[in-house]
Amino acid sequence: MSDVLTPEVDIDATAKVAVMKQLPEPGLRPVRAESPLHHAQLDEMAVAAAADSASAGVVLCEQKLRGHLVIRGDSKDRQFALSVTKVLGLELPGKLQSARAKDASIRWISPDEWLVVVPGDQAFAVETQLREALDGHFAIVNVSGGQTIISLSGPSARDVLMKSTPYDVHDRNFPIGKVVTTVFAKTQAVITRAGEESWEMVVRRSFADYCWLWLQDSCAEFGLAVQQDKGNKTMVFQTG
Amino acid sequence: MLYIYCPHCEEHREEEEFHYGGQAHVARPKDPDACTDAEWADYLYFRKNTRGWHHELWVHAAGCRKFFNITRDTVSYEIKETYKIGEQPAISE
Repeated sequence: MSDVLTPEVDIDATAKVAVMKQLPEPGLRPVRAESPLHHAQLDEMAVAAAADSASAGVVLCEQKLRGHLVIRGDSKDRQFALSVTKVLGLELPGKLQSARAKDASIRWISPDEWLVVVPGDQAFAVETQLREALDGHFAIVNVSGGQTIISLSGPSARDVLMKSTPYDVHDRNFPIGKVVTTVFAKTQAVITRAGEESWEMVVRRSFADYCWLWLQDSCAEFGLAVQQDKGNKTMVFQTG
Repeated sequence: MLYIYCPHCEEHREEEEFHYGGQAHVARPKDPDACTDAEWADYLYFRKNTRGWHHELWVHAAGCRKFFNITRDTVSYEIKETYKIGEQPAISE
């Protein structure tokens, strides 16, 4: 029995990974793509409620159709960290930290796992570059279709988080740039503090609607405004 | 509720984020084909039911998703230490 279970060692395994380009080439017919909160019609709500957003306690925005890449590797491997930095222009963040540049961000998920978020149309290019730069024992998975980012900002954003997660979101425990994967309502979220009053949550696609309903309810007492996603660069392929 | 220190996140988190994984340090027989039925049954089915200090496996399910061990008092629920897989506890029984 035991000899049957002995794994075959394949040194070139990473070279054989099928890397899929998930978007059509420019010039081809655009493909319909729907973000996990497409059905909520947030953009229409944002236009309708534009006048109220100044008085709202919480401003919500879905940062949709971004490229999400999960990178796994050994953080103690100097070469691994250097290669990631070379491609992304960002230091590999340490425990519970994140780093961001103009067009890319990277979040610490676990001691050997990071989440890289880039504009949707760059996911394939970044993945290809990372595969060329990295060597040895590593993994990269494009999980763009599996999750989305909901950002919360405004003076009452923290109050909403206090109602929704058991984690301590006070300044002394949650400085800007910190990332925490924790319980959010009855599901989970990767919560990042992006600024003094702004937070980002990475939620699973199948739980996005639940989070959206939860947030509408918990934001009601503070006043909720929805904002259009200005950073979405993949408009071309989300025709209705 | 327990307030558990995750040795991978190096932070205390609510019990809600964790799942219990049973008794720690249960060694799998090196050669299952050669061991006796009694040894195999012991590995598969038999666990301690300790009153007092107990080494147990937990997973930070809603956090970093890593497994680690806890030494916990089954009477007072006091957590004495948490340590990574592969490390030895400072307290034994």
